[in-house]
Amino acid sequence: MAERTVRVVVAKPGLDGHDRGAKIVARALRDAGFEVIYTGLHQTPEQIVTTAVQEDADAIGLSVLSGAHNYLFKRVLELLKEKGAEDVVVFGGGIIPPEDIAALKTLGVKELFTPGTSTQDIVRFVRQHVRAAV
Amino acid sequence: MSDTREPEAKRRGSVGSKTPERSVRFESLSGIPIKALYTPADLTGKSYEERLGAPGEYPFTRGVYPTMYRGRPWTMRMFAGFGCPEDTNARFKYLLAQGQTGLSTAFDMPALMGYDADHPRARGEVGKEGVSISTLDDFERLFADIPLGEVTTSMTINCTASVALAMYLVVAEKQGVAWDRVGGTMQNDMLKEFIAQKEWICPPEPAVRIVTDMIEFTSKHVPRFNPVSISGYHIREAGSTAVQELAFTLADGLAYVDAALARGLDVDSFAPRLSFFFDIHNDFFEEIAKLRAARRMWARFMKERFGAKKPESMRLRTHTQTAGVSATAQQPLNNVARVAIQALAAVLGGAQSLHTNSYDETWALPTEDAVTVALRTQQIIAEETGVALTIDPLGGSYYLEKLTDQMEEAALGYVRTIDAMGGMIRAIDAGYPQKEIADAAYRYQLMDDRGEKVVVGVNKYVMKEERPINFLKIDETVELEQIEKVRRFKASRDARRVERRLAQLADACTNGQNLMPVLIDAVRDYASLGEVADVYRRVFGLYREPIIF
Repeated sequence: MAERTVRVVVAKPGLDGHDRGAKIVARALRDAGFEVIYTGLHQTPEQIVTTAVQEDADAIGLSVLSGAHNYLFKRVLELLKEKGAEDVVVFGGGIIPPEDIAALKTLGVKELFTPGTSTQDIVRFVRQHVRAAV
Repeated sequence: MSDTREPEAKRRGSVGSKTPERSVRFESLSGIPIKALYTPADLTGKSYEERLGAPGEYPFTRGVYPTMYRGRPWTMRMFAGFGCPEDTNARFKYLLAQGQTGLSTAFDMPALMGYDADHPRARGEVGKEGVSISTLDDFERLFADIPLGEVTTSMTINCTASVALAMYLVVAEKQGVAWDRVGGTMQNDMLKEFIAQKEWICPPEPAVRIVTDMIEFTSKHVPRFNPVSISGYHIREAGSTAVQELAFTLADGLAYVDAALARGLDVDSFAPRLSFFFDIHNDFFEEIAKLRAARRMWARFMKERFGAKKPESMRLRTHTQTAGVSATAQQPLNNVARVAIQALAAVLGGAQSLHTNSYDETWALPTEDAVTVALRTQQIIAEETGVALTIDPLGGSYYLEKLTDQMEEAALGYVRTIDAMGGMIRAIDAGYPQKEIADAAYRYQLMDDRGEKVVVGVNKYVMKEERPINFLKIDETVELEQIEKVRRFKASRDARRVERRLAQLADACTNGQNLMPVLIDAVRDYASLGEVADVYRRVFGLYREPIIF
């Protein structure tokens, strides 16, 4: 039986309004054949996790350029755990210094993409690391 | 009547034809085709007076003032803000001591979105993207020992700009500075928020009403203040082309003029204080042409569309900033070169004010060292290069004048489209500029991904190992301290007085009176930024953007 299409939620958590990258990632993933739900701006971690659970998402991509990444990524991971949705792959990007990247990956963020990343890198990542839930 | 008319192929067949043209795209960043050579033949059809005129005279193509930098250099105004007010106050003082000539304030996301530091939605964000400001007390600490009668301050703040203005005026009052001596700029350009920067509380109509209140109020009471900085910077940073940036910015300006006229204001009473803000990106000549086209277009709109009589009403004065999106995280020192070239374009384009980015800003807010280099870049241009010794030195260049004409024509096309939609507010409702920007951003990214556009250090001249640099880090204790200060401040006020003032503000919102006097009263009685924003949320409702990507 064919796998269903991988579903990715692309989200902008917190108050940060810089959505150029998130929109490009959403579009690139859609063009690559994934199902994409773009949440829009100013989402709380609660809203994002609720959307991901409701939409049966296989992955959440978070975009944070405001410096609030440590709190926001951590909160999303915590909430996924609370909801028993720990197998949702969390990845993201934005303005995140190297030492914070390392710390976030230790917490469970699968990958973080920083400025200069090509959309193809992100598409490849999702293809390789995200499976549609059976 | 000879060489200038010869077809390209024949010209290429002459001396030097052993080097055929490279296979790169010969076009500007916004896609305008670029020829090998420009000649007088490219500039037929208009007289010097029509196309250019003198600096300080209609249509202001060559500059808004008669003496430009020969009289006074552009203002060196470095955008600064982080942590708690004391941190930013110290950076302000440092930059002034290093020779900058105006202040520019970056606020944190909670302040920009209308949340006090102690609000749950401010969690993780306090002091990170700019200075944390919730109360009048914060504002006083931000401007401690800075004479508001002598220094002008620009504030990058939009849906809560009304609160910032109220607080700034009350701080000036406390310093004993009369409002008619207070100078500065509020960015306060809500239309570009819906289009690009995305900081909003309420929908476009009430947002524009507040902007118009501030235009009206300052025209009467704070005459040296620019109540709006009609901005293209954010539109460009969100991914538009230079032509779209030019068109959408001016179209936003037209909408504000319409709104103020609908209020019953006389155009010459407020137009002189409408100011602008453009991005300065990599394509050197295109950016210079963009500023010149902007001045000419705005002058014509003000004169022909709105019947302005005063030359001051027709003058497009602009702040500029080197393009944040053009900076790279890889090999960050390369950004020093990018910024220098962009800064030069701003100066040759006749900007009134300039911020130069720091080389580390793709990673974090600037360190003191990095911001010093950025400021010195401007000072070197001003003092060492000689470019400011004459006005509009590139005027008359066949290429530049042709490019200016072409940008004007292309931008007018977009303005006509927006006019046909019923103006910018209708265009925003229809999602038009947002879609144009998303499409342009995507196209640009694909060119990057495919290497069709070279980004030095990122897709060409890449270095595997890079030397790490030190970034500015905002300590997590800033948030805790600010929260504590806000709580103490709120506890020490006359709570009933604040409540009454906020109720009066809510009334003013609904009965259509100018908000500013009521708001200033509320701020004097210590209403916080978040509390005022809450009134706006309650009375005007929340904006929900269309999902476009």
